[in-house]
Amino acid sequence: MRTTHYSLPRVSRRWFPVWRRNFLVWRKLFGPSMLGNFGEPLLYLLALGYGLGHFVGDIGQTRYIDYLAAGIVCSTTMMTASFEGLYSAYTRMAVQKTWDSILSTPVGLDDILFGEMIWAGSKSVLSATPIILVAALLGAVHDAWAILAIFMVMLAGAVFGALALVMTAVARGYDFFIYYFTLVITPMFLFSGVFFPLDGMPVFIRVVAACLPLNHVVEVVRPLMVGGEVTNVFLHVGVLLAYGIAGFTIASVLFRRRLLS
Amino acid sequence: MNSLSYIVQAQGLRKRYGAAEVVRGIDFAVSKGECFGILGPNGAGKTTTLRMLLGHTPPSGGELNVLGHSMPDDARAMHERVGLVPQHNNLDPDFTVTENLRVYAAYFSIPRAEIERRIPPLLQFAALETKATAKIDELSGGMQRRLTLARALINDPELLVLDEPTTGLDPQARHVIWQRLRQLRASGKTVVITTHYMEEAERLCDRLIVIDKGVILAQGAPKDLIRDLVEPYVVELFGAEARIWAQALTLDTGLRLEALEESVLLYTHDEQALLQQLHTQPNFQFTHRRANLEDVFLRLTGRELREA
Repeated sequence: MRTTHYSLPRVSRRWFPVWRRNFLVWRKLFGPSMLGNFGEPLLYLLALGYGLGHFVGDIGQTRYIDYLAAGIVCSTTMMTASFEGLYSAYTRMAVQKTWDSILSTPVGLDDILFGEMIWAGSKSVLSATPIILVAALLGAVHDAWAILAIFMVMLAGAVFGALALVMTAVARGYDFFIYYFTLVITPMFLFSGVFFPLDGMPVFIRVVAACLPLNHVVEVVRPLMVGGEVTNVFLHVGVLLAYGIAGFTIASVLFRRRLLS
Repeated sequence: MNSLSYIVQAQGLRKRYGAAEVVRGIDFAVSKGECFGILGPNGAGKTTTLRMLLGHTPPSGGELNVLGHSMPDDARAMHERVGLVPQHNNLDPDFTVTENLRVYAAYFSIPRAEIERRIPPLLQFAALETKATAKIDELSGGMQRRLTLARALINDPELLVLDEPTTGLDPQARHVIWQRLRQLRASGKTVVITTHYMEEAERLCDRLIVIDKGVILAQGAPKDLIRDLVEPYVVELFGAEARIWAQALTLDTGLRLEALEESVLLYTHDEQALLQQLHTQPNFQFTHRRANLEDVFLRLTGRELREA
């Protein structure tokens, strides 16, 4: 093993054609893609928002459906980006060998990974923005500041994409991703304040949850959507950036060992 | 010698994976405008050599220069000027024929207008004008191969690298690829090719190296290798009885014999004498021919090259 495998990632502006390639494919398969990424969370929002909301009433000063809408925007962000970084990226890397074909061009491996990461964020925006719009139509969005939530979705999607790429770098097949979903994604989905506040949880769960990236996304997106002050914004963004940079760097090293040794 | 006078120059090239050294110090150089072959049985180190050449894996030792760029550090600049036809098609199944070329061109940052100008002649070259809007899975194996070749030419490369370009193709499709490669060589492109097919190497390559177990066993022009390394005539005998007869004959005459699974090959400088001896054995089934690269390969590696 040469030391080059362990150096920091070097990204050039050549990441853009990689992003664009994925975007062009998405545009072709627009229908089924949107149905999966936007249709399902919308059903959750309507069923739980109205159904469960009837019994739950308000959370603090917020209607349950409003509370839930913000949570579902965040969980959709995580799900969409994770799927993209796991299954779709794995398909391009190991099945279709799209990355192999790109590696014979001036586009480098780190450019590919960066393009994939930004694409995961973009796909999250494409899935989450319609949910924000529907939430607005349902009166679940307080004011126009909700637009800022889209930037947060982009950042968070890229971060979850980078984390997923770490798994993809060591995956030998699609089955491997079940571990990640069961051990990482599902706990985050349930313990990050998407469906309910964590106030009633034992302390140790709240401490662990506070370290999970999705929690920090929710903390910023929810006040942007339902109104209210966003607190500790630098902390939340900082934690996400740390996850993203760590994930991207580790993915870069692992993929170099996998594809370029 | 100045390294810039060669398109590819490898000196003492080595590659080690853990305890196994798969390329063990090889030297070769490819001149501008020639078609250079890398031949060897599976596991010989062909693919690893090619991966190093393409900057896809760092050498463990030695020097490797491609188009004046040192590998693998300068791979990005080298990739601007090289086209690759990989062993397995990796065309983008979500795109049409034209879209595949367009998307691939974008990786080279070729301006839009220039891309659109380059695509029609490439489709023509690949005989895919009528398939411009077809999806990849609608193309035959030969068409996919031709599209992959066209894609490798999108950046107008100085060096074209082909990894077993006709493996899995039927003879007709193979001849079409050969014809296109000759056309490219005539237009001045330098070509490096790995192949399993001796006929392919003999037809296309100006020079080649035969490698096995990570070392070069021979290098030169195909016809020189045939002249220098094997006897000019070959008789192939089939059947167990003929095998015993041939083995006895080699003990008497010192003729060289290669035992294959289905047959034995007898090598000779005097074809007539051998054929006359065979007339005394009317029951034997045999064929005779001039020696070719397959015989060189067999002599050097002790293995048949035909596989899968």
